[in-house]
Amino acid sequence: MAQEVNVFVDNRPGRLRSVAEVLSENNINVRTMTLQDRGEFGLMKLIVDKPEQANLALVDKGFASALKDILAISIDDKPGSFLKLADIFLKSKINILDAYGFVIQSNKEAVFCVEVKDIPAMKKILAKEGFKVLDEELYEF
Amino acid sequence: METNFWQKELEAIDREALNKLQLKLLKESVQSALKTQFYKTRLQKAGIKSADDIKSLKDLEKIPFTSKDDLREGYPYGFLAVDLDDVVRLHTSSGTTGIPTVIYHTKTDLDNWSDLVARSIVATGASKKDVFQNMMSYGMFTGGLGLHYGAERVGMTVIPAGPGNTKRQMQLMKDFRTTVIHITPSYLLHIGSKLEELGFSLKDFALKKAYCGAEPYSENTRKKLEKLFAIDVYNSYGLSEMNGPGVAFECVYKNGMHTWEDNYIMEIIDPKTGKNLGEEKEGELVFTTLRRHATPLLRYRSRDLAFIYKGLCKCKRTHRRISRITGRSDDMLIVNGVNVFPSQIEEVIMRVPEVGTNYQVYLEKEGALDKLIVKVEIYSKMFKGEITELDRLKLRIIDNLRASIVLTPIVELHEPGSLPVFEGKAKRVVDQRIKI
Repeated sequence: MAQEVNVFVDNRPGRLRSVAEVLSENNINVRTMTLQDRGEFGLMKLIVDKPEQANLALVDKGFASALKDILAISIDDKPGSFLKLADIFLKSKINILDAYGFVIQSNKEAVFCVEVKDIPAMKKILAKEGFKVLDEELYEF
Repeated sequence: METNFWQKELEAIDREALNKLQLKLLKESVQSALKTQFYKTRLQKAGIKSADDIKSLKDLEKIPFTSKDDLREGYPYGFLAVDLDDVVRLHTSSGTTGIPTVIYHTKTDLDNWSDLVARSIVATGASKKDVFQNMMSYGMFTGGLGLHYGAERVGMTVIPAGPGNTKRQMQLMKDFRTTVIHITPSYLLHIGSKLEELGFSLKDFALKKAYCGAEPYSENTRKKLEKLFAIDVYNSYGLSEMNGPGVAFECVYKNGMHTWEDNYIMEIIDPKTGKNLGEEKEGELVFTTLRRHATPLLRYRSRDLAFIYKGLCKCKRTHRRISRITGRSDDMLIVNGVNVFPSQIEEVIMRVPEVGTNYQVYLEKEGALDKLIVKVEIYSKMFKGEITELDRLKLRIIDNLRASIVLTPIVELHEPGSLPVFEGKAKRVVDQRIKI
């Protein structure tokens, strides 16, 4: 199962840097990251090459950090493929809590990361529809 | 200036007769206090077994002080001096530790209270000809009901508006030609700043007087309010333990608040030593009820700081005047007229496992109104990385705080270890409000 590192950060200058510093010191590579903003704080969501190690290092430095299971769905990096995936979500009536995507290999492969309540159920549906769900390979492309 | 009285024989009583009356009533208060669980023990320990042990007003000093903690300890029936059948109303107030305090009233008690408020209203020159709009909270808070009953006793036309909903307040003031309002000074400032925006002008109103209480404000702000609305603003002082409003009130001369001394013995003490300071020296106000049957309180420490004016007022009332409240001898905060103790906030925070034990309270002004911000730290071990959980956590803390302090605060979540660590708890409060 793919995991993202979720870090609680205060909304003030320098906090992003402090997270980046811990990751750098631990030789961790960031694949992508998004931020859910809540005014005085935000929730940083990181896809990194070594999630367990990153999480431990952040907790060690006093951060409120946690690992969270996500679905990393591989799609073709071409027009129409996102629609195909969205149709499946619509058909299955599964609600998306949060989502973001990034390109793994230009014009070939992209990944769509989603948070849903019932991961196994969604995984089953995706498999049936012929979608590939990435695990460890998400960190090492 | 014309002086009107409500109970002239009592308000203009000469000092010697007032002292005599006080002694007689003090003996009665002690006698009825001895019927309560709390005072029975407390007074006997101090060597007072009956009212006969009080021979002069000087003997008041033999009686130990009563504190808010005592009231809390005596909750709910420890201070009740009459049969519950004779109680017609009670008011509770939230305490600093979650244990409330309660004051009971008999029908006679409410009658006396209404008369004190009626005296206060008449002292400002108002009468039954006036239309009175009460913008204080009704319910457990004594400010609303206290003035309401007094205004009805005077025979004014009473509009029980309660606080908030500024546009409706203005509409009521316009439609019913309101002449007198009861309001917190910060809310009156707020109304002043919203007048044009809400489509009103001073010409729409017939306002003559405002009674301001429940929170401290300066002489400058009074002058500003008087100029802004072209009215007279009068200071009101009260505390729920002494009924509520109607303890002390300004007369037409607006030079200190007359404390109704035939109902309360007032003392000013040094909050550290408990020593009586007399007139003109600032200290803590201490009150003894003289006419309250259901809940007599002896030498109750108000924690409010003020001083007693020397000399008689031009209005010929013999009841001495006190200054504005200049501060508190404890860490109580007044937020939009509501009393809040930092310990109440602390108690709520400590019960939430998802946040740490360090917290900070910020007070800011938003326009004329106070904003209470409670900053807490996320507790790392309970953090699961879910934003929806954080949203729910925040709402839960707001709900719990609202239930405890009767105010809706803003709650901010912060990183573990990001808030300054304090040793003294008073320092956790950062009051950035500009004094009004």
